[in-house]
Amino acid sequence: MTAELVLGLCYPPSVTTASPVHKSVISRHTAIVRVTHWITVVCFFALLISGAEIVVSHPRFYWGEIGNALTPPLFTIPIPASRSTVPTGYGFVMPDQNGWSRYLHFEAAWVVVLTGLVYVIAGLWSGHFWKNLFPVRADRTWRAFREVFASYLRRAQPDERGGHSYNVVQRTAYLVVIFVLFPLVIWTGLALSPAFDSAVPTAVAALGGRQSARTIHFFVSGFLVLFLVVHVAMIVLAGFWSRMRGMVTGRVTVSPEGT
Amino acid sequence: MNKISRRKLITTGLAATASVAGLTAAAGIARRYGLIPPDHGGIYGAGETLTYATQRLLTRHSLAREFPRSMISKTPFANETAPPNDAFKRHQAASFTDWRLSVDGMVAQPASLSLSDLRGLPVHSQITEVVCEEGWSYIAEWIGTPLVNVLNAVGILPQARYIVYFSIQPDWWESIDMADALHPQTFLTLGMNDGDLPVSFGGPLRLRVPRQLGYKSVKYITRITATDSLKGFGKGLGSSAPEGGYAWYAGI
Repeated sequence: MTAELVLGLCYPPSVTTASPVHKSVISRHTAIVRVTHWITVVCFFALLISGAEIVVSHPRFYWGEIGNALTPPLFTIPIPASRSTVPTGYGFVMPDQNGWSRYLHFEAAWVVVLTGLVYVIAGLWSGHFWKNLFPVRADRTWRAFREVFASYLRRAQPDERGGHSYNVVQRTAYLVVIFVLFPLVIWTGLALSPAFDSAVPTAVAALGGRQSARTIHFFVSGFLVLFLVVHVAMIVLAGFWSRMRGMVTGRVTVSPEGT
Repeated sequence: MNKISRRKLITTGLAATASVAGLTAAAGIARRYGLIPPDHGGIYGAGETLTYATQRLLTRHSLAREFPRSMISKTPFANETAPPNDAFKRHQAASFTDWRLSVDGMVAQPASLSLSDLRGLPVHSQITEVVCEEGWSYIAEWIGTPLVNVLNAVGILPQARYIVYFSIQPDWWESIDMADALHPQTFLTLGMNDGDLPVSFGGPLRLRVPRQLGYKSVKYITRITATDSLKGFGKGLGSSAPEGGYAWYAGI
């Protein structure tokens, strides 16, 4: 048994050595968490694919207010562009998918932002963040973090406490995603809207300019993808189908405390 | 059925009914106040409508950011255009002396204006950023007359809801709503960075819409028309952009 002390796991894996009599089914995820989770999954992939297609039309990144094919880039992604006007060093262009990608990107952004609002309001209302995600007082230490990572590295058997709630690393990762990365990716995305910038010029000025906003948007998206990769990898390590069942039905099988 | 699930069922049913009623009412209000873009159909229509309606409610009068002269780009990027057609080449050979802008549609007095007619209207300048949907940008000074001056001169009728504008190049046309058409920074642009507007940047006449992406700022303008409906233009999606797969409203 690898671990449930891992990102993405919010309940212990079923203990195969225990007889079925000793297992019990508990309700782990509320309907609002499950529904908003899966809508976010769909939107995230739509945003990721369409975002990548948008990058392909100009795979150069800049810092400051302006940047174009005639100004030096901060960095360049070594791929051919979908537009012949972008110097990439390649003698050919990729298929141009920028039109539907932009339509899809903004539609998925709307859905994920509205879904996120429902999730955050419901989470505040129900105390979900405070009860399940904010690290408990005893865990607000570097030592607690180190212990979790050490248990990951040992691939230790999880203790009983981990079976019923998130550990401090999981909690921190989720809070960072929910309250830092998502707000930042929304902010930097909005800062790329010329009409929004006309109404709220500080939104883009505070980021150091339009091209800085675009570059930050790219990196924050990268961190979200990194989270996704770790999240999914941990779920696969711990038992993909049982974890999937938990996030779909809300119910998980646990061994009773003390066994 | 136990009591909890019955209660849940009733609550869910009421919530669903309220949502449908709310959406219907919202759609009615949106239509009435012109918050629905012409490319509202299809699978991306909901997102486009949300974007456009939100921008119209929040940013109807806001001004595009203007920059200090020191931030004018030394290397503005003109972007490529289709090879000029014969009509354009003839005008170019004659140094654009016979270039005309025709103004028609829902106006009291249709007109045909020369470039010097346009220069005779109050001319302003703005230092604003051109933002391409690909991601790049540059800042330039743009000199021209606000479109609203021309619309006032020809007596725009109150029922006009959109301004459609056409390039001399075939199949290159766009439209904007009255919020952008009457906006003080929407320029019929004749000059750039203290000189004439270069051909590569849209000279002799470009309609600059600085609160939207660059593709709304059509180059080589020869005609503008005022209308209350976009249905009769092209495929009825508002401009050539959605016909090519791009959003009509490009303020994002």
